[in-house]
Amino acid sequence: MDVKSYPSNAQNSNLAFPGQIHQTPGGGILTSKLDDVINWARSNSLWPLVFGTSCCAIEMMSTASAKYDWSRFGFEVARASPRQADVIIIAGTIVNKMAPVLKRLYDQMGDPKYVIAMGACATSGGPFFYNTYSVVKGADHVIPVDVYIAGCPPRPEALLHALITLQEKIKSGATREQIKIDGTKI
Amino acid sequence: MIEEITTIEKDDLVVNIGPQHPSTHGVLHLIVTLNGETIKKVEPHLGYIHRSIEKMCESLSYRQFIYVTSRMDYLSAHMNNLGCCHCVEKGLQIQIPERAQVIRVLMCELTRLASHILWWGALAMDVGAITPFFHAFREREVINDIMEETCGARLTMNYMVPGGVMFDLHPNFQKRVHDFIALFKSKIDEYDELVTNNFIFKARMQGIGMLSYDDAISYGCSGPTARGSGVSCDIRKLYPYEIYSKLQFEESIELGCDSYARYLVRMKELRQSLSIVEQLIDNIPEGDFQAKTKAVLKLPKGEFYSRVETARGDFGVYIVSEGGTTPYRIKFRSPGFSNLSALDHMARGQKIGDLVAMMGSLDLVIPDIDR
Amino acid sequence: MYKQQTLSFKLKTLNSKLLSLSNEELKQELLNLHPSLIFEEGGDWMNMFIDPLEWLSFAKQLRAKENLFFDYLFCLTCVDWKTHLTMVYHLSSLRYHHNIVVKSKLNRENAQIETVCRIWKTAEFHEREVFELFGVNFLNHPDLRLLILPEGWEGKFPLRKDFEDPVNMIKL
Repeated sequence: MDVKSYPSNAQNSNLAFPGQIHQTPGGGILTSKLDDVINWARSNSLWPLVFGTSCCAIEMMSTASAKYDWSRFGFEVARASPRQADVIIIAGTIVNKMAPVLKRLYDQMGDPKYVIAMGACATSGGPFFYNTYSVVKGADHVIPVDVYIAGCPPRPEALLHALITLQEKIKSGATREQIKIDGTKI
Repeated sequence: MIEEITTIEKDDLVVNIGPQHPSTHGVLHLIVTLNGETIKKVEPHLGYIHRSIEKMCESLSYRQFIYVTSRMDYLSAHMNNLGCCHCVEKGLQIQIPERAQVIRVLMCELTRLASHILWWGALAMDVGAITPFFHAFREREVINDIMEETCGARLTMNYMVPGGVMFDLHPNFQKRVHDFIALFKSKIDEYDELVTNNFIFKARMQGIGMLSYDDAISYGCSGPTARGSGVSCDIRKLYPYEIYSKLQFEESIELGCDSYARYLVRMKELRQSLSIVEQLIDNIPEGDFQAKTKAVLKLPKGEFYSRVETARGDFGVYIVSEGGTTPYRIKFRSPGFSNLSALDHMARGQKIGDLVAMMGSLDLVIPDIDR
Repeated sequence: MYKQQTLSFKLKTLNSKLLSLSNEELKQELLNLHPSLIFEEGGDWMNMFIDPLEWLSFAKQLRAKENLFFDYLFCLTCVDWKTHLTMVYHLSSLRYHHNIVVKSKLNRENAQIETVCRIWKTAEFHEREVFELFGVNFLNHPDLRLLILPEGWEGKFPLRKDFEDPVNMIKL
């Protein structure tokens, strides 16, 4: 369903930015409304994967518990198996030994899947950026990330804000899943 | 005696637990060799969160390396920071003012409470009861709010500096702690009613994971893991630091040697910590909250070691200094590393379903082990 | 089993209150065991240097001798002085509450020392860690392989002072 796709002459030089979204000429009312409904449904019931490596995992658990409850927003069931999860929240530092495990988990998740990089360590290596031989400086060296959260550790409200941002991103149709160039995904 | 299983027999099953698993409390990869449902050998594979902290600290100054230890054992962050500050203060021979000492002990005991509360909730969830998890986090949020008002952060608060604490207490601190004490006294009884005396919980924890007195010492276990086997090893009692020598509290020791005994030790510690907070909260002396130190600290040439009692056991900081502004070598002796080595010994012969209860009773925090 | 535990526990705590050696007595006892110890001044606890070839027999005696009884090895590490490596063992007795630090100098090229994991079982993991980070070979260790580092880091010894890793390490 390529509602937003480039015109057929892809060699055209006024395609400055590869992620630009072009509307099909004449619209496509039925298919775009269906897309809206599907996006709404997907964004309001994202199931996170239980994946916390270090300190940010405690703030993630706080977000799951009674005071900052994330199940109000649809993240009710945190699944342990990647086959049943929609979004992976990378909470904690990724090190060289863990990176293949993360890649394998990401590959096992079924489409559509989204990634949130929580905390400074997952965004860029964080406090462990300089003079470490074993830290991957940012989880986006391993898997593509949709939303980054700053903080060490970020407050539960920051994580909720990121989850709501992800929901809005899905509804607007701008996540990696939904942008297609010439019929193929980025 | 160390038995070596080098051959796997025909009927053995090798199961990988982790590193991504809801009950491994971090990223711990266990390779379990099973014969049917009986465990023959448990082999932990570590290193999935090895952030090369010891190498990194060789390029950080003596004021900077303290923040890293908050992220090692993040549930008892204050106590880790305290261990580092002690080591630096030993090297510089600084005297800490009385007010700073009392504030430090208050923060440490509140952190111990928070850590044990989370351990309780996580253990109950691992064993199968989901509700205590929410009860535990409800109380933890009260402590987090108190910490946030004074220290500035909820989880990895960098409040201890060599010489004292970073800021003075917030004016609301005393009132909030009083409210918390009044609240928590009834909650501990609620926890006991909910989980401790529950016959299903007892059946899952009693007789599981036996660790005898001699084995606990030989494996280097410390903290509640060793105290559940009768070993008297509380650093606050044996080598008192700060003002612990003036406080009235008992060392919690149980003789059962099983997981239930380790559980009871921590529940007793909750009550003891609460009584320490009660003793101190009305008697905070006036004065400086930080001793005067230079901006750039230089330790003299030599070696310094300091031990503190964290929620998991005996945390040691060993600094080798060559006289410069950065340490030459730092070694962090983490309690989880030695406690984990006892897991293989206590798990042999038990059923696979009990492995999670054993790990929960050891209270492992994996970033503390991997450093 | 509860009654036996209580009785043995009471005996153990009683012992600790009776016999505790002072620093001078401790030094004399250790010298009696091993005359070639070199003591180092300074520091909280007694520091001593021992030859790596004599370490295992000394360790056995430290553990077994009744009035020393060092049963708790609470820290095992290695320090890289650029000309040689030094193994450091922090020992404590939970019965008598005395602490010592035993050190041993090793060659950089051929660093090896006997394992003590049959005396103190905690040494098994600690020695594996020192092996992978510094390259010290522990003789007769039951299972000497990588513990914390990922596969492929066998010869690299990251905590040595001459470790260079331009790919991973970003210097400040």
